[in-house]
Amino acid sequence: MLPGVAYFLLFHYGALAGNVIAFKEYVPFDGLWGSPWVGPGNFQRMFEDAAFWDSVLNTLWIAVLQLVFYFPVPLGLALLLHTLTWSSVRRFVQSVAYLPHFISWVIVVALFQQVLGDTGLLNSGLSGAGLHTVDIIGNPDAFEPLVVAQVIWKDAGWGTIIFLAALAQVDEQQYEAAAIDGAGPWRRFWHVTLPAIRPVIVLLIIMRLGDILSVGFEQMLLQRDAVGPQTAEVIDTFVYYQGIVGGDYGFAAAAGLFKGVVGALLVYAANKVAHRLGEQGVYK
Amino acid sequence: MSASARPGWMEKPRPLTQAAKALALAAVVLLVCVPFLVIVSTSLASTQEVVDNGGWVLWPSEPTLDAYRDIFDGGIVTHALGVSAGVTIVGTLLSLACTVSLAYALSRPGVFGGRPVLLLVLFTFLFPPGMIPSFLLVKELGLLDSYASLVLPVLVNVFNLVVLRGFFQSIPEELYEAARLDGAGDWRVLVSVVLPLSKAALAVVGLFYAVAYWNSWFYASLYLESDHWPLQQVLRTYVVSGAGLTDATTGEATVTAPQTVQMAVLVIATVPILLVYPFLQKYFTKGVLTGAIKS
Repeated sequence: MLPGVAYFLLFHYGALAGNVIAFKEYVPFDGLWGSPWVGPGNFQRMFEDAAFWDSVLNTLWIAVLQLVFYFPVPLGLALLLHTLTWSSVRRFVQSVAYLPHFISWVIVVALFQQVLGDTGLLNSGLSGAGLHTVDIIGNPDAFEPLVVAQVIWKDAGWGTIIFLAALAQVDEQQYEAAAIDGAGPWRRFWHVTLPAIRPVIVLLIIMRLGDILSVGFEQMLLQRDAVGPQTAEVIDTFVYYQGIVGGDYGFAAAAGLFKGVVGALLVYAANKVAHRLGEQGVYK
Repeated sequence: MSASARPGWMEKPRPLTQAAKALALAAVVLLVCVPFLVIVSTSLASTQEVVDNGGWVLWPSEPTLDAYRDIFDGGIVTHALGVSAGVTIVGTLLSLACTVSLAYALSRPGVFGGRPVLLLVLFTFLFPPGMIPSFLLVKELGLLDSYASLVLPVLVNVFNLVVLRGFFQSIPEELYEAARLDGAGDWRVLVSVVLPLSKAALAVVGLFYAVAYWNSWFYASLYLESDHWPLQQVLRTYVVSGAGLTDATTGEATVTAPQTVQMAVLVIATVPILLVYPFLQKYFTKGVLTGAIKS
């Protein structure tokens, strides 16, 4: 037990305490603790910084797009897989669909460049057929659909696991009873399947709402250069560029702390809402 | 192919529905597989064929291993591959050891300090410390430019910990009591009773750690000099950002690596995952769900 506890104390609580840097002006020579205090100065600068608010808006916008366009895909895929009676086909499709979850973002981005880039699969095909090529990678207007598509490609299959588990727990007899009462496939879906998996759907939506300030840091960082910060800057990349790249540690830590506090409050609030709705929530 | 029996009450599916389903499933499989096929094919094609074809090849006319030979000539990629393998193996073993011992302690009732430690751990899930303080901590601990900086800051993952703890708790209490009566101490119970029963959970958690270590590049870009980089960070620099590939032996920066070489690096970074995947795949659902439901 000791090594594990030591790890949490040092790398989580030690680092958590390091957030005091948000109230300081970091001087490398004096270290974390010796640097002078500046009070809430970093926060004042942050709230007056238009680039910071841009990153907040981008974060929220991308998170909303993912909620609307990504979220239904694993649900639909799970429902489709669930209706398959051929178990070997079903297992094969599941194996293939889970796979991209284990591929790193570096490889996913490289794959998308290969397929959708200037000289990629799609454009070679288009120019080969005598059509106009389309600029998808590096086009700020296409960035949002692109990142949502990447998330779908990478994680939609993996996301089916939890829905499939919920579907597997639906009582067969309910379907049978409904069928005997004359309910066709659609009515059975509407009156048996959907109510049975409603708690899982609500739980996952709430968890995503609680997590809304964190959208794919690695994904954005890898592609930010291609489209520029106006489109791809999220809070996490803002922190990275201000602090690690720019060396303005106190200021960046203030933005990070802001995100951490608001994020924790959101999770807390989302969980409260879940309890109100009579669902289990993430924790009790 | 074995078709499981359709229950008697279910109507026979209509051909149109069947066709739509088959189409959707084929689309899913193709969307995942075709990009990989393109990468592998391009890496096997000759540079000339790739140029003629405008950047990619779906099926190489004369497969060649030239690109792979270039990579394994002892240059930067060979070194990065060694770094990635080393960090993945050492990191996974250390992480598993720490996670198992902590999860076991937290799974037994009446362990001194069990409840506060559990709360302490779960709180970090709600409130992560943030990038800048973590970076400064690693810096002040003097871990910059050491491989330890890739492992120690991410040693124990809370989700994996909860999965294992849940699994340990599902082992029947009678087994613990029987072992106790035979005079086994805590370590002995863990090693000879708990671990052999937890193979599925250990496989899943081990895979999650191994994949995380193998895929990690951000910490390397933060903490390491470029001559210590693992494979994913090399891939990021030379393939995603398209920088020139530096030859480690001569130290000269060459022009942007040919497409075939870039794709070969991509293949090398993906293959280990494809190799372990089938062996562990059968444990996923079980392992993930015990964790998800218990937490």
